[in-house]
Amino acid sequence: MKTPVIPKKATLATTVGFASLVTLISCGEKESAATGDGGYGADQVAEAIYNVLASDRKVYAQKIVNRLAKDEKVIAAHEEWKENKALLLPAQMFREGAEEVDSIEDKEIDFTYSLQSTWPLNYENAKKKTPKVEEGLLAVSTKESEFYGKKWTGEETINGVDYFVGIYPDRAVAPACWTCHNEHENRKEDYPEFKKGDVMGGIVIRIPK
Amino acid sequence: MSATLRHYVPWFLWLSLTAAIALSLFHAMNADGSAEVFLPGHSTDGHYQIEMACTACHDNEAKDGIFTSEGVTNKACNACHGEDLEKFSDSHPTRKFKNPENAVFLQHVDAMRCTACHTEHRLDRTRPMGVTIPENFCAHCHEVTLENRESHRDLPFNTCATAGCHNYHDNVALAPSFMTKRYGQPDHITGATVVETDALVRWLEEGNERRQPLTLASADAPSEHCQDPKILNDWHSDAHSAAGVNCMDCHSTSEDPSSWVAKPDHTSCQTCHEAEVTTFLKGKHGMRLAHSGIGAMIVGEARLPMKSSAAHESLSCSSCHSPHNYDRFYASHQACIQCHDDEHTRNYEKSSHYQLWQAELAGGPVGSGVSCATCHMPREEHGNGVLVNHNQNANLTPNEKMLQSVCMTCHGMEFGLSALADRELIEKNFHGTPSQKHPGMDWAVKDALADEDEEVRAIHDYLQSLPQKPTHGPRNPLPEPSDPSP
Repeated sequence: MKTPVIPKKATLATTVGFASLVTLISCGEKESAATGDGGYGADQVAEAIYNVLASDRKVYAQKIVNRLAKDEKVIAAHEEWKENKALLLPAQMFREGAEEVDSIEDKEIDFTYSLQSTWPLNYENAKKKTPKVEEGLLAVSTKESEFYGKKWTGEETINGVDYFVGIYPDRAVAPACWTCHNEHENRKEDYPEFKKGDVMGGIVIRIPK
Repeated sequence: MSATLRHYVPWFLWLSLTAAIALSLFHAMNADGSAEVFLPGHSTDGHYQIEMACTACHDNEAKDGIFTSEGVTNKACNACHGEDLEKFSDSHPTRKFKNPENAVFLQHVDAMRCTACHTEHRLDRTRPMGVTIPENFCAHCHEVTLENRESHRDLPFNTCATAGCHNYHDNVALAPSFMTKRYGQPDHITGATVVETDALVRWLEEGNERRQPLTLASADAPSEHCQDPKILNDWHSDAHSAAGVNCMDCHSTSEDPSSWVAKPDHTSCQTCHEAEVTTFLKGKHGMRLAHSGIGAMIVGEARLPMKSSAAHESLSCSSCHSPHNYDRFYASHQACIQCHDDEHTRNYEKSSHYQLWQAELAGGPVGSGVSCATCHMPREEHGNGVLVNHNQNANLTPNEKMLQSVCMTCHGMEFGLSALADRELIEKNFHGTPSQKHPGMDWAVKDALADEDEEVRAIHDYLQSLPQKPTHGPRNPLPEPSDPSP
């Protein structure tokens, strides 16, 4: 698949303000050298963003929520976090970050990301899934799929704009993840019982072409 | 008349008429107040005071001077409303919809533009909160929620935002867990008081130097401006002299400290009372002063009923705060009723809130009374102290915003919620009890019981065991939707 090439000058550090991106830049440069065109492909940029997101998400789930709310019981994590003076749920933390990125005007590299699942607990969020995303989510989260636990990429057009779409596995990394999902009131009967390491959904990254 | 002359008469008349219209419009553009003829229609209650400050909203067309519906950007809206939207945790900020996957929602409601839902100059189709789209707009995105929530399944979508439950922007009251934590609270909380203000403490914490109290002899106004002994005595017995604030601190400008300003305006007060003035300029009392060229609000121009005796008064800080005899008790009630003349205001002196206020004035516990300002200019605790929010509108639209900031100081949540939804009780200035019980708490409790919430179950069982149930009115399935007429 031919993907858009992001000029090399548009460093990822300007796109995502996370310190941990330093390592990813070097990773991106290595792959870019292979293309020989002096730029990064959208799939490379998306994968770099994913690496940051997945790492931060893992740290938040394991070292903040699971540790403080489940193991040490210092503070609760609650969907209505403000009213309960509680931690944001990991999915809320992820979405708040995505909205912060979306609120940055004139980004040098435009991109968006979100969390979606074949087994959603947030029904409104689930309505946003495009047919392409449905396809990709099934690919990365169905155990029989060749893409299970791997990245899946595609293209789609929304409102006349063409997008590169990368969907990456979102795994259960801490007990707080799977116990909450397995016991949630919005869980449908046909949802799987998640356990450690299972793919619970996907991180959807879009980059306009 | 010759045929040639007859030929030119219509042309002459047409040209004359055109010139006359052009001249009158030109005059209207330049004459004070007459430019209203160019308005496509009057503005909502929120904006009518500043409707002649066109560029306050039409920021994108300020240079051209030709105003269209396309020229109002979100930036202009946020300049006045942005801070409060953040403060009340706006549920639908535009950033929530920037991801292209929201196209499925945006095709129904253009949530990226404030003016898509709040079209100005269209009073004929403006609903409460200045909303100009059909009131069932929630359905496009949240239909799936109703389908999956037992307590909400049969509710019509035109009641979401009109029954005192949910709002598009401000949802500070109705998180189910917030409600169930307050399940079983008594209607009245005995011994409740509001926090004390601490303007001087905040001033000092901002790094300003404490000054010594001033004596009468130390008043530094030039003698020709200091002829009235009453003014001097008032000042000397006032908090300003006690805080070391001398005459010239207010009656001069920072540019020329030796010049005499006979009538200092809000900018002088702002020197020390930054937060108070900033919030004052956001509310109905001061919003005109925040825009140049339209002058202060005149009482007689208000849309709410006002006393004819005050019709010609203009609004400034000193309308409520006598500058040399600062009396916050006067400012909390008497200052309000010198102008306001609606039923809610007139009924205040018949209310139990007023009785509490009188009891405090008679020496009761500090902060135990309930004045107009207690509810409409609440004291808010911030990082560096307690501030009186002088934007009387900040917790009023919608009034559920009062629940946490005001009502719940003295009342149980369920009682407060029911009271705020009772229009008749509001007119009576809350003299009495809510006629209907707001269904929200019952729904939240029902859901919690279904989820086997042990704490809620324990409270529920305890309340059921009481011989007299703590209820403040008959239970009603749902308040009627509001009248859609403007």
